[in-house]
Amino acid sequence: MEDKRPDPEALLDRANAEELRQKRGRLKIFFGASAGVGKTYAMLEAAKARKAEGADVVIGVVETHGRKETEALVNGLEILPLKSIEYRGATLREFDLAGALARRPRIILIDELAHSNAEGSRHSKRYKDVAELLDAGIDVYTTVNVQHLESLNDVVAQITHVSVRETIPDAVIEQADEIELIDLPPDDLLRRLKEGKVYVPSQAERAAANFFRKGNLIALRELALRCTAERVNRQVQSYREEQSIKSMWPTADRILVCVSASPLSERLVRAGRRMAAGLGAEWFAVSVETPAQVNMPERDRQQLKHNLGLAAQLGAEVLTLQGASMVSEILLYATRRNITKIIVGKPTRSRWLDRLFGSPVDELIRQSGDVDVYVIKGDAETSSQVRRLPEQHPVPGANYAWAIGTVALSTALCWPMFHEYHFERSNLIMLYLLGVVVIAARLGLGPAIVTSVLGVAAFDFFYVEPFYTFAVRDSQFFVTFLVMLAVSIVISSLTSRIQRQAGVASVRERRTAALYSMTRQLSSTRGMERLLQIAVQHVSEVFESDVVGLMPDADGRLLVRAGNEKFPFSPRERSVAQWVFDLGRPAGMGTDTLPAAEAMYVPLMATRGPVGVLGVHPARPSRLLTADQIQLLEAFASQAALAIECDRLADEAQKAQVEAETEKSRSTLLSSVSHDLRTPLASITGASSSLLEENRLPEAARRELLETIHEESARMTRLVANLLEMTKLEAGTKMKKEWCPLEEVVGGALTRLEKTLRDHPVTVKLAPDLPLVPQDVILMEQVFTNLLENVVKYTPTGTAVDISAIVENNEVRVDVADRGPGLQSGDEKKIFDKFYRGKGAGASRGAGLGLAICRAIVEAHGGKIWAENRVDGGAVFRFTLPLKGEKPVTEQLPEVQVS
Amino acid sequence: MSDTAPVILVIEDEPQIRRFLRATLGSQGYTLLEATTAQEGLSEAASHPPDIVLLDLGLPDMDGLEVVQRLREWTTVPIIIISARGQEHDKVAGLDAGADDYLTKPFGVAELMARVRVAMRHANRTLNDGADSVFKTGDLEVDLAHRNVRVGEKEIRLTPIEFKLLGLLVKHAGKVLTHRQILKEVWGPNYAEESHYLRVFVHQLRHKLEADPAKPKYLVTEAGVGYRLRTE
Repeated sequence: MEDKRPDPEALLDRANAEELRQKRGRLKIFFGASAGVGKTYAMLEAAKARKAEGADVVIGVVETHGRKETEALVNGLEILPLKSIEYRGATLREFDLAGALARRPRIILIDELAHSNAEGSRHSKRYKDVAELLDAGIDVYTTVNVQHLESLNDVVAQITHVSVRETIPDAVIEQADEIELIDLPPDDLLRRLKEGKVYVPSQAERAAANFFRKGNLIALRELALRCTAERVNRQVQSYREEQSIKSMWPTADRILVCVSASPLSERLVRAGRRMAAGLGAEWFAVSVETPAQVNMPERDRQQLKHNLGLAAQLGAEVLTLQGASMVSEILLYATRRNITKIIVGKPTRSRWLDRLFGSPVDELIRQSGDVDVYVIKGDAETSSQVRRLPEQHPVPGANYAWAIGTVALSTALCWPMFHEYHFERSNLIMLYLLGVVVIAARLGLGPAIVTSVLGVAAFDFFYVEPFYTFAVRDSQFFVTFLVMLAVSIVISSLTSRIQRQAGVASVRERRTAALYSMTRQLSSTRGMERLLQIAVQHVSEVFESDVVGLMPDADGRLLVRAGNEKFPFSPRERSVAQWVFDLGRPAGMGTDTLPAAEAMYVPLMATRGPVGVLGVHPARPSRLLTADQIQLLEAFASQAALAIECDRLADEAQKAQVEAETEKSRSTLLSSVSHDLRTPLASITGASSSLLEENRLPEAARRELLETIHEESARMTRLVANLLEMTKLEAGTKMKKEWCPLEEVVGGALTRLEKTLRDHPVTVKLAPDLPLVPQDVILMEQVFTNLLENVVKYTPTGTAVDISAIVENNEVRVDVADRGPGLQSGDEKKIFDKFYRGKGAGASRGAGLGLAICRAIVEAHGGKIWAENRVDGGAVFRFTLPLKGEKPVTEQLPEVQVS
Repeated sequence: MSDTAPVILVIEDEPQIRRFLRATLGSQGYTLLEATTAQEGLSEAASHPPDIVLLDLGLPDMDGLEVVQRLREWTTVPIIIISARGQEHDKVAGLDAGADDYLTKPFGVAELMARVRVAMRHANRTLNDGADSVFKTGDLEVDLAHRNVRVGEKEIRLTPIEFKLLGLLVKHAGKVLTHRQILKEVWGPNYAEESHYLRVFVHQLRHKLEADPAKPKYLVTEAGVGYRLRTE
């Protein structure tokens, strides 16, 4: 029973998808096998019907090709004007995305989803325009022919021999909310073609004649029907999922496609996609970067990027692995990700090479264990791409010269060994092998093999009878040659492989280190701008680019917050960056969106959406725009984004905590204030009313009542003043620091408290070398006043108060010491808390604010305040004030020395 | 003028404070004029020139500072500012603009009467200036004409600047002087902001005149405002 319950995660996914779908516009595709089946017509009819229901329908772009029936349908629908784009002297008319977004209709009709936009448009492809419309919440009706589907592209080419260049990713179709298949039997279509009812561009008539053959049309129709059927099948599946019909689920397959820099890899990718779609499986496209490919030629780099890009478009999870061996990296990844099927290309190199070096495909199959390996025709093996590491041998010619030189040297060294000391020939061979090892280690495989071959030749020529010919008298030497050659080749390939592994390791290490060093710095930094600056700095170092970091202001408009001044940040670039931020997708140079931009923009994607944008303007674009570099850049961006988000969350948490504390202190304040105000108010009200009403009070009683009123109002005054002071301090009042002798401040407080201190003899002992102290005199006088009032409150009358101050470690330490009962243990810290009242005689008299105010003031001065008991009885309140800052010049005072 | 009762103009919007002032000052023999707004106060001052103005800084219709400036355009009548605690900045601005003294709310009768008396004395003295060049308070005796300072029996030697400083305070005995006012008078207008100069000199002066400089009897600090030479 319990097993039948829907998986909560899956339900959540569905709910999220549902939510996203409600915000997004709905995409309806009119899908057909070929041109002429009547998609546009059907779309317009559907639009008319919606219009009749009162929906706001407009035409974004519709090609009527001059057909009367279609034109009749267009009439009565609002048509958005097209945008003119100048391109190489010609004026092209394109769909106006900005206009459509501004118009914001309920439904928009966009014909020919696979159309490629003219250069200079916002997106290179129309389906991206549509994606943006959907994101903006606009419903889109559009048309697609089956031959434009990316994954079917090669199949269609095989059937029709016409290669279609304009393709759309299958994901676009999959995400469509509704697909309506427009079907027309091939015979009817051919009849319509003859009647001239199918639009064919005049220059393409011959191609069209080839295309519109009955066989082709049948095949395309089958493809379209199958494609639609697959979709229906998936819907059935998702329905089952909803209804929890789990038993029919196959175990989920995961497919891995090995992609190389060969153009033939495209086919592997498409095959992978078809298999994945057929099985409803997740799939991955993986390329392995071996050391030999670190410096692969630009052309291959572009091809690999294209292949991986295609896979990404077809819905694969794409990634580049790094390692010495393609086979072991792929298998390691496969195990980690529970891959069930691996697709590799069929090797194209000759069998004897495989026999000699071993075939990666064989190796893969042998080691794959439970994983099925599908070998598909057409891919050259990656190992055929192996190239030298030019970094280590920048001039190949020179390397070969070194190889020849090494052989010459070995030969020269062998000369005396053989002719004078009559060493065994095997020792000479050792010397040649040493040369091979040295060359392999230093210069890589190619020169090492040259060294091997030349070494064998030289050995034969100089040290095998007959001397100085390549002829060999004793046939056993053939074995010697072969073994020597084999050994040297094995040695050189092993040595150079170790070299390459070291190379890969160091590249990987550099990247990891770069990422790690940024992450480490980010984690130790607070503040959004600082974080962004760190990210910008690291990205610009690692990618050798000018970089800017942009973050939104309150209105969501991006502002440059960090970056290089050399970055070419024009208003146009700004709009690209804004687009990236708004949609959370990379754009600009090297991408499909706004590729004409000067720089590449990647969003800083955090878990709650983009927090900013990085603009990267590379010094050498070809180096940045490789797939693995872009991946690395995205890794940097996401690290930075997470750091920024963490920082933001920390800020929010802190704010929340502060709010909670404020709330707490506010309620404490309220209860304390209401109590402390009510008590004196009650006395005042009582005393004054009896004065007013009782006329026959004796003089002494009258006086006592009046004194009560006076004292209680003084108490209230103090309380209110303290509350105000505390509020002001907590609000962060600006301090006005002045250089002032401490004596003056102490004197001010003593003058103010003259009456209060009547019964407490005060002695002041200030060190004679006491300098001027930077302080806010009003606030510091308050500190002394509060400390002294506190003493008066808590100590018996007649006890002495000692105020003293000394200079210590570039700060002034002030003691206010009394001879009262001292502090109860545990109170030393708490007495400085707000609303904390010590236990003692005076406890009920105050609001518990005086010492809290002292602490706030002293700490605002950068000092510390604490309390302790005196050894010989009483308590001492101590605080320090730092003597920081530039001391005022008193020496130049007019005649200060004269005294 | 001394024949009739001195007239005090109170410009204050709080009726309770006016009532308290009316009761106190009336019983002390002063005639009270009351104004509840600055406008009213200004016209009252013009139509019935008072002997002293008590001006609240927190009036609803005009900034207190402006009232001081307007009055000072045509009259030298002593102005005593009444303000709440924490408005030190406003007090200093008012004093620098020409007010004579200030009272901080809440204040007692004794404090009020002391301020009023000092203000009255200074207002009268301007009429017969220089009549008494010997000033005495407590043990302190300052002979301005002979540049002679004594504390009790002991003669005190002062530097010229110290004497100038003390002389200024003596001339305004009982009245508060702002830092800026003293600096301008003693050192000149260029030193008006160098309040630490003044502090150092006051410090020196106290060590020469006061028995316990940390508990000054004569040279009293008005925190954040200035100094006052106490007379009673």
